[in-house]
Amino acid sequence: MTDQPILQIRDLSVDFATFRALSGVSLDVAPAERIALLGHNGAGKSTLFRAVLGFLKPASGEVTVCGARPGSHRARVALNYLPESIAFPRALTGQEVLRYFVGLRRAPRSEVMSLLERVGLAEAAGRAVGTYSKGMRQRLGLAQALVGAPRLLLLDEPTSGLDPISRRDFYDIIAAAAGRGCSVLLSSHGLEEVETRVDRVAILSRGMLQADGTLEALARNAALPVRIRATAQAGQVEALHSRFGGTRVNGASIELLCQADEKLDLMGRLMNCGPLIRDIDVQVPSLNSLYRHYSDLAEQEAQP
Amino acid sequence: MTRLLIVFAQEMRLATRNLWVLGATGLLALFALALGFLGASQGAQYDVDVLSLTAASLSTLSVYLIPLIALLMSYDALAGEVERGTLALTLATPIRRSELFLGKFLSQTVAVGVAIGFGFGIAGLAVGLVYGAGADGILAWLRLMGASVALGAVFVGLGLMLSAFAGRISTAAVFAIGLWLVLVVLYDLALLGGVIAAGDSVFTRQVFPWLVLANPADAFRIFNLAALDAAPVSGIDGLARTLPFPPAITLAVMLGWGLGALGLGIWRINRIVP
Ligand SMILES: Nc1ncnc2c1ncn2[C@@H]1O[C@H](COP(=O)(O)OP(=O)(O)OP(=O)(O)O)[C@@H](O)[C@H]1O
Ligand SMILES: [Mg+2]
Repeated sequence: MTDQPILQIRDLSVDFATFRALSGVSLDVAPAERIALLGHNGAGKSTLFRAVLGFLKPASGEVTVCGARPGSHRARVALNYLPESIAFPRALTGQEVLRYFVGLRRAPRSEVMSLLERVGLAEAAGRAVGTYSKGMRQRLGLAQALVGAPRLLLLDEPTSGLDPISRRDFYDIIAAAAGRGCSVLLSSHGLEEVETRVDRVAILSRGMLQADGTLEALARNAALPVRIRATAQAGQVEALHSRFGGTRVNGASIELLCQADEKLDLMGRLMNCGPLIRDIDVQVPSLNSLYRHYSDLAEQEAQP
Repeated sequence: MTRLLIVFAQEMRLATRNLWVLGATGLLALFALALGFLGASQGAQYDVDVLSLTAASLSTLSVYLIPLIALLMSYDALAGEVERGTLALTLATPIRRSELFLGKFLSQTVAVGVAIGFGFGIAGLAVGLVYGAGADGILAWLRLMGASVALGAVFVGLGLMLSAFAGRISTAAVFAIGLWLVLVVLYDLALLGGVIAAGDSVFTRQVFPWLVLANPADAFRIFNLAALDAAPVSGIDGLARTLPFPPAITLAVMLGWGLGALGLGIWRINRIVP
């Protein structure tokens, strides 16, 4: 049982009428593992969550949550969910909202206050949700998702609308949950944001899974070039260009692309022509370009 | 069972917090008092006490008012939760969908019942204290209150059922108003037109009474008026008084509509994609 995945998605396809929102997605989430699901708007992230919840029926493929069918009683006991947009009843207080979910999940009543404290809403517990800021409502949603002892958290864009500090607090709470053995599958739009916060990254594009692995593995597979910009001494840019090639930039510099393992060698050669060069700037591939690389893959496949 | 109670408690909290119950109570009390005190002068003409007389006129008004209150209360209950995203949250927990539906039904029925109990109760008390009340009058009033709660329950069930089918608040509102117009207003007009056109025919004698009975709002009227022989009535109510069946059947009709609405609503909520 120990290493059996909490969530197992096999070759899942989901259709809306004639539109295929997910096609052939396979993904496993192991106990206590944190996975970020990335993808452009309309990539199918929310659709994937709704299929795992059992709201959407697969056109083909299979999903199991703790070995149970999505939507079954066992699956619903095992997982908690935070949708991407929720509007709790404005007239109720945060405490009343949370008490409702504590009741439905049969968790101890004492969790209400301890969870509100954990997400930093203890002060506002007795205030109507209608008076909460967007970030406070998002925190209340997170508190709701932590009710009971979930084995799996499904969080759809949980950090949208949070300021950087709240965001950090949020990932700390997620880390603590993972520390207790809870698996987390969360969606996000930014690779920078999740960089050091999750164990694995999965990238969806146009309903297809383009990548699934650690950030290091994704970077290695993508083999994106390192960009080196060498700025020439006054009047030397022609000489520099004729020696190294590359592309001329703004009259005084050249830009060179190389693979990561060629970087040191190339920089060494640049250093050796000291009098020609005034400055060297090295840009390793950013997370953004990595993300774009995997998202573009799908586009290239779609338009051969 | 307990999850149903949790839904019930939360919905009650919302209904009272939103001042729904208070508003409905005030409205019902206002109308009942107005009918009681404005109509009191006619009492002498008909040799019945004012309470019976008011019960008769109030039952005619209640046919319009109570379905409206019940539908306004319930139309948003599921469609609104779909739109606001809270239904997805609730349905992600281990609650059974039928429990959610029944929890909402019970709490809104209780809310409508409380409004009727207080609204009509206060008005009845005031009329009784001012004009005096006999046993007949008190009984008629209590019958009216009981039947009103039943009518409210039927329309809460219908409103929830429509809300489950609608999926969006605006659609649900259209459904609710449409249902109210059809069952409460147009149905009677159509029947009256039919009777006038048909004259004394098989339709008027054999078909018409059953068509009247088939509508829950009319069933409510018949139930109330059957016990008020002396009070003046007009239109379809006058015809309804000559119906060839015992008044208790009307209760069975309302029960049938209520159970039908719940059954259909639960069937539908099990198919909602939140
Ligand atoms: N109910 C629906 N009916 C028809 N198409 C739908 C429905 N829900 C989603 N889609 C389509 O499925 C695709 C995936 O949508 P989904 O909501 O899963 O995207 P997403 O990755 O969550 O995007 P975002 O980052 O904007 O939240 C989109 O093209 C969307 O238009
Ligand atoms: Mg989404």
